[in-house]
Amino acid sequence: MEPESIYRIENLRKEYNARVVVDIERLNIRAGEILAIVGPSGAGKSTLLRLLNFLEVPTTGQIVYRDYVFDSQAPLDIRRQVTTVFQRPVLLRASVQENVAYGLRLRGERMDERVGDMLARVGLASLARVSATKLSGGEMQRVALARALVIAPTVLLLDEPTANLDPYNVGLIEEIVREQNRTRGTTVVLVTHNVFQAKRLAHRVGLMLAGCLIEVNTASAFFDSPADPRTAAFVRGEMVY
Amino acid sequence: MDEITHGFFQAIHLILSADPALFEIVWLSLRVSGIALLLSTTLGVPMGAALGLARVWARGLITAFLYTGMGLPPVVVGLFVYLMLSRSGPFGALGWLFTPSAMIVAQVIIAFPLVAGLTMAAVQGVDAALRMQVRSLGATRWQELWAVLREARIGVVAAIVAGFGGIISEVGAVMLVGGNIEGKTRVLTTAIVLNTRTGEFALAIALGVILLALAFVANIAMLRLQGRS
Ligand SMILES: Nc1ncnc2c1ncn2[C@@H]1O[C@H](COP(=O)(O)OP(=O)(O)OP(=O)(O)O)[C@@H](O)[C@H]1O
Ligand SMILES: [Mg+2]
Repeated sequence: MEPESIYRIENLRKEYNARVVVDIERLNIRAGEILAIVGPSGAGKSTLLRLLNFLEVPTTGQIVYRDYVFDSQAPLDIRRQVTTVFQRPVLLRASVQENVAYGLRLRGERMDERVGDMLARVGLASLARVSATKLSGGEMQRVALARALVIAPTVLLLDEPTANLDPYNVGLIEEIVREQNRTRGTTVVLVTHNVFQAKRLAHRVGLMLAGCLIEVNTASAFFDSPADPRTAAFVRGEMVY
Repeated sequence: MDEITHGFFQAIHLILSADPALFEIVWLSLRVSGIALLLSTTLGVPMGAALGLARVWARGLITAFLYTGMGLPPVVVGLFVYLMLSRSGPFGALGWLFTPSAMIVAQVIIAFPLVAGLTMAAVQGVDAALRMQVRSLGATRWQELWAVLREARIGVVAAIVAGFGGIISEVGAVMLVGGNIEGKTRVLTTAIVLNTRTGEFALAIALGVILLALAFVANIAMLRLQGRS
């Protein structure tokens, strides 16, 4: 039996000023999977995540999320099931704990022990009351992750979530993502430059080149017996265009 | 020199004795400029924010008007409002000329472009990625707007302060449309002009000191607002 798809994408194209940035014929994202998207800089990975988060409207083609066919304005209850940790985290001019509580506040909920728990989980409990503008890059990234996780999203989109982190914190974040996926069934789409991270975390991996998904395969097949020679070259660390 | 020192001590005496005539002038100044600022803020902040955020039709043209408005000479505004409200003018029937209402109208015209224009600049200065981030966390349109205004709050408060500074210290327009009528439309600035001309330096200095103090207190209050997170 085919596993249930949470996203079904068909002939999805996104252009900026008539330049094609994303061009995906077909992609099904399965409910509860960790899908990693790898690819060189400028391939369109971040743009794909913005489309999946309903933050951008496709130029042509279709994104279906569960039963909802995305047209320019996604309803709030749909939008609130999906959230992104962006490549460059943006924090509000407020304390760390206010930042983490922000998604809850938007939903009319109070800051409660979930915020403290989540901060402890990303190793930032001691910084709860510090102004978020004073954090280091790696700390900001962890605050952004905690802020996304605290609202218990159905789909978590991660854009290079460990780019600024030291090896210890990379391991910590990967474990949190893995656990979130395993215990809550959160669907994760992880964009990363790091093929080893994709290998460690993902159930399936896709290679994106110049807006196109060249190959989407199970992690083991992607790394051990790729169908496309460009995948093999990318996995070996050769530049691919 | 003697006159100034003498005037200064008399000024302190007037302030400390809470002279009723003085008090009336201060109170009218605060009322007129306060109401004008309130109106300019309720109109100017949302409009500035909308201009800064949305793809508004003819934004360039509106912006040019706003920036021109920020530099309007108050006395020209006074002339314009005077003509509008004079008995033969289009709004003459309101009977507002030489009343506090006319002064409020003139001050709104002076303060509104300042508040709207500087708010727009502040809002445009907010990282575009912040809006994306806030939306991604599930913000509605209004919550997004509110988040941007909060991030821009230092600039927005500066816009309001600039509006207040522009009108509390302004003399040309209120003189023209208010007429500096004792007990009715005499405010701090017009009273200073009058008392200086008639040689009543003590009163003029007292009024000047109060005007400075008011501006100072108002700015402190707004700075505190700025700092609050
Ligand atoms: N808002 C935009 N307007 C115009 N062009 C854009 C916009 N966003 C992205 N692009 C262009 O689309 C292309 C893909 O960008 P995208 O950020 O999706 O790449 P990426 O795969 O995430 O790259 P990286 O790995 O460097 O983050 C780039 O050439 C970029 O310049
Ligand atoms: Mg990117």
